Amino acid sequence: MSVLVVIECANGEVKKSSLEAASYGSKVAAALGTSATAVAIGDVQANALSSLGEQGVSKVLLDNDARLHDFVGAAYVKVIAKAAEQENSSVIVLSNSNIGAAIGSRLAVKMGASLATNVVSLPEISGASFKVRRGVFSGKAFSDVELTSDKKIIAVKKNALDIETSAGATATVENFSADLSDADFSTAPKETIKQSGDILLTEADLVVSGGRGLKGPENWHLIEDLAKALGAATACSKPVADIGWRPHHEHVGQTGITVSPNLYIAVGISGAIQHLAGVNSSKVIVVINKDPEAPFFKAADYGIVGDALEVVPKLIEAAKAL
Amino acid sequence: MKILVCISNVPDTTTKITFTPDGKEFNTAGVQFVINPYDEYALTRAIELKEAQGGTVTVLNVGEADTEPNIRKALAIGADDAIRVNIKPTDAFLVSQQIAHYAKEGGYDLILMGRESIDYNGFQVHGMVGELLGIPTIAPAIKLDVNGSTATVEREIEGGKEIIDVALPLVASAQQPMTEPRIPNMRGIMTARTKPLKVVEPVGQEAKTSVQHYELPPAKSGVKMIDAENAGDLIKLLRNEAKVL
Ligand SMILES: Cc1cc2nc3c(=O)[nH]c(=O)nc-3n(C[C@H](O)[C@H](O)[C@H](O)COP(=O)(O)OP(=O)(O)OC[C@H]3O[C@@H](n4cnc5c(N)ncnc54)[C@H](O)[C@@H]3O)c2cc1C
Ligand SMILES: Nc1ncnc2c1ncn2[C@@H]1O[C@H](COP(=O)(O)O)[C@@H](O)[C@H]1O
Repeated sequence: MSVLVVIECANGEVKKSSLEAASYGSKVAAALGTSATAVAIGDVQANALSSLGEQGVSKVLLDNDARLHDFVGAAYVKVIAKAAEQENSSVIVLSNSNIGAAIGSRLAVKMGASLATNVVSLPEISGASFKVRRGVFSGKAFSDVELTSDKKIIAVKKNALDIETSAGATATVENFSADLSDADFSTAPKETIKQSGDILLTEADLVVSGGRGLKGPENWHLIEDLAKALGAATACSKPVADIGWRPHHEHVGQTGITVSPNLYIAVGISGAIQHLAGVNSSKVIVVINKDPEAPFFKAADYGIVGDALEVVPKLIEAAKAL
Repeated sequence: MKILVCISNVPDTTTKITFTPDGKEFNTAGVQFVINPYDEYALTRAIELKEAQGGTVTVLNVGEADTEPNIRKALAIGADDAIRVNIKPTDAFLVSQQIAHYAKEGGYDLILMGRESIDYNGFQVHGMVGELLGIPTIAPAIKLDVNGSTATVEREIEGGKEIIDVALPLVASAQQPMTEPRIPNMRGIMTARTKPLKVVEPVGQEAKTSVQHYELPPAKSGVKMIDAENAGDLIKLLRNEAKVL
């Protein structure tokens, strides 16, 4: 028996959210008196994987079939299911990314496992009972869920748990292959369009976000400049995407992306309940709004009442001086 | 083309979430339920495809009788008929089994869902249904076109999108900006009353999770205000006090 951690890679590196999954998986393994094995898929080489030892992983299986560099559901599921069988894993840990959750649901059916997505706590294990806490109602609440099948799949919410690191520890890396056929790649993309240069919103530790209070796209450089000075990703409220100032993949909230960075700076956003749903698990929230009655201040840790067009340049200046 | 749209019944997005005092149930008192917002994208896109290419749109909900007003709403928006599987949707696998069973029975070319339900936020049912039926799932889909027996789907990926050509049948789960959700008009509301809504019995019924307890997040301790004149101080506080920079 072992715990299997699914590692997503991009541009030759392990994604931060997968380091969180690895750290989580190792702790579950320790609680169960077993070891954590990882299975890595995507664009990565063995030398970038051995450092997963620092997160407590003892062995990494690497399938470096180049066709797996793009996400293809059926193929990924086949690779992970085979790894789980080989390692006799009864607990599988993934990151709650679009990829992780998509794999988790298919794998759960294939393996007859219980699945919990959006998980924010380590499991509480006692006897046969295995419970995890997950975020529900778009971040407005938590639920404690019992995973009743023998096999369990856990998709860990990003930035919900710390990454444990024991410097210098290494994992062994073994090549692994699931003998994939062309039929497994029926949903391979014919084209991938990436925005280059930006920090990924879903992976970001720091986010600067703007709302309708910015008045128009001509002022958006304030959001971008502050983000750049801090090394943050940019986001926006729904109306800002609806009117086309910003693309829809930057819209956070109940019907957009959910983020949980260490710092979320909201500029000219009123703080409607649907917006809060996407950001309220951020560790620290800063609100800048000219209206002292804006509801967002109730959810904030730090606030400034003032005109964004005057306040943000001061922040940019201070951030550059750091 | 036969399209199945799966809709879930969720608390309106403005709902203040509360639970019963023992923390075991969501408190539905005074709560208005709506069609899951993501599912509205799926429904509207299905109706657009039908209008352009012919075919039928069936909506399916796994739920008890109290979901019927929203099923009728989906019929008013333009679906042709509806199926309600009469069981409380307590677990994603339980729901997926119902959908897979009735989807198979109906022989649909395209099964559309939403990205996730905004109550239990599973992001699970589309993948489970795809696996149960042995067909691909594309989630989350931001654009969807059908050309004969092939769909062209744009899938959102972290930091971009990818374009996929895939043979039908297919499960796809929608999110913005797939289309502009429609609202029912008067004629739609009138005709919805006479459209067929079939209530069917559940199959399988094996749940794989069980919710023990709900809890609200701890309240924020209060906001620290900084004078706009000295806005730069915020950055220092974020570094030295909050330690996030
Ligand atoms: C079903 C549904 C789903 C929704 N989903 C989402 C979602 O996922 N995400 C989302 O964001 N919204 C969502 N909404 C919309 C939400 O209800 C709000 O309308 C929206 O969040 C408001 O955006 P905003 O704060 O940018 O704009 P506004 O509400 O117009 O607020 C602008 C704010 O800027 C302030 N301001 C104005 N000028 C300045 C200035 N010069 N300097 C500083 N501050 C200034 C104002 O005081 C105000 O507080 C949804 C709504 C519905 C019905
Ligand atoms: N009870 C239900 N009845 C019908 N469809 C559902 C139900 N629950 C979820 N779905 C569909 O599955 C999608 C994903 O839901 P979830 O996995 O719960 O996040 C939703 O957007 C719906 O399209």
